[in-house]
Amino acid sequence: MAKVVPRPQLSFWESIYFVEIFKGLATTLGHAKKNLLSPDNFPTLNYPEEAPRLPQDYRARHRLMKRPDGTPRCVACFMCSTSCPARCINIVAEESPDRHIEKRPVRFEIDLLLCVFCGYCVEACPCDAIRMDTRLGVMSGDNRRDFVIDKAKLMDWDPKDYPLTDVQSQKAPGGSLHQQALEEFRSGTYH
Amino acid sequence: MTFKPLPASVTPEIDLGDSFVTTTVDAVVNWGRRNSLWPFPFGTACCAIEFMGVVSSMFDISRFGAELVRFSPRQADLLIIAGTVTYKQAPVLRRIYEQMCEPRWVISAGACATSGGFYDCYCTVPGIDEIIPVDIYIAGCPPRPEAFLEAIVQLQNKIDRESMKEQRTVGV
Repeated sequence: MAKVVPRPQLSFWESIYFVEIFKGLATTLGHAKKNLLSPDNFPTLNYPEEAPRLPQDYRARHRLMKRPDGTPRCVACFMCSTSCPARCINIVAEESPDRHIEKRPVRFEIDLLLCVFCGYCVEACPCDAIRMDTRLGVMSGDNRRDFVIDKAKLMDWDPKDYPLTDVQSQKAPGGSLHQQALEEFRSGTYH
Repeated sequence: MTFKPLPASVTPEIDLGDSFVTTTVDAVVNWGRRNSLWPFPFGTACCAIEFMGVVSSMFDISRFGAELVRFSPRQADLLIIAGTVTYKQAPVLRRIYEQMCEPRWVISAGACATSGGFYDCYCTVPGIDEIIPVDIYIAGCPPRPEAFLEAIVQLQNKIDRESMKEQRTVGV
C-alpha cells in the first residue's frame, strides 16, 4: 500500500508565485547584506593567507618518531609496509649497532601519491615510530619524484610544533624536555 | 610533457623574435589565461565530492578565477580528474582530453587518479599519466580542499612560465 502524500494547499498569493519569488530574493539579499556588513564572520577560508584549522588527530603527512639521541625509533619490522593497503611504504633494513635492537631502517620511503592516508601503518607500528599528526594536509606538485619522501624528510620535524602533553614528541632532540629525557635515558627509566 | 616549437606560419609571433612586442603579448596572454581557468571536472569518485566543496562558498575557487565549471570539454581549458579511472573509462578520458582546445592543462587529484591508489587490480589505470599528460598532481585520499587551491596556484605559476611560441603536445 503506497503512502499518499497530500499536495500542499496554496493560498492565492502563494499560487501566483510572484510574492514568493521576492521572498526568496529577500533571503538572498539578507545574507549578502549580513556578509557585507560583518566581513569578520565571512565563512570563506582565505587559504594561502589563512592556514586551515585541522584537528590534532587529523591523518596528514607521516613523520618518524625519534629516540633522544636522534636516531629513528623504527626497528624495521615491516609491520607498516605489510599492513599498508596501497603498498606505499618501502623499507630497507640493516643490522643495528645497538645490541639491544635487532634492525634499523637504512631507507624508509613513503610514496605520498600512492598513500590513501588510512592510518593502518600507525595502528600496526609496535613501537610508536610512525605517526600521522603533522597536520600537513596540503600536498600538491608538478613532479612525481617530489612526492616520494625519504627518511630524512620524515624525521624533519620540530618538537615545538607539538603540544607539551605529547611527551613522546618532546623527548626528541631539541624538545623542551630533552635534558630530562636524556637523564631518563641514561638511568634506564626511559620508555 | 614535451614542448615543440611550431612552424612560423602557424604562430606569426615567431617572426618577431625576442622583440619587446612578443614578450609583452606573452605576459598579457599568460595573465589572461592564468586568471580565467575554466575547469572541466572529470569526477568519478569521492574526490569529486571534495571538488564540490572547493567550488562552494567555504573555500571558493572563484577567488582564483576558476569558478566557471563547464561540463563540455570544448569550453574548458583545465581538466580536473577527480576519482578512479578504469581501463574501460580510459578511452573516454583520452577522448575528452583530445576534445579540449589548446591551451589545456590537467590536474590529477587524489591517490586513485595519480597512481591507482590501493586499486592494484586488473581494471584500474595505475595513474592517468599513462594515457594523458598531467601538469599538477595532488596527493590525498581525498585531498583537502586547500590542496585543490594550492594546485590551482601552482598551475597559475606554471602558466606564467609558458610562452605562446611553444605548443604543448601529447607525448606520442
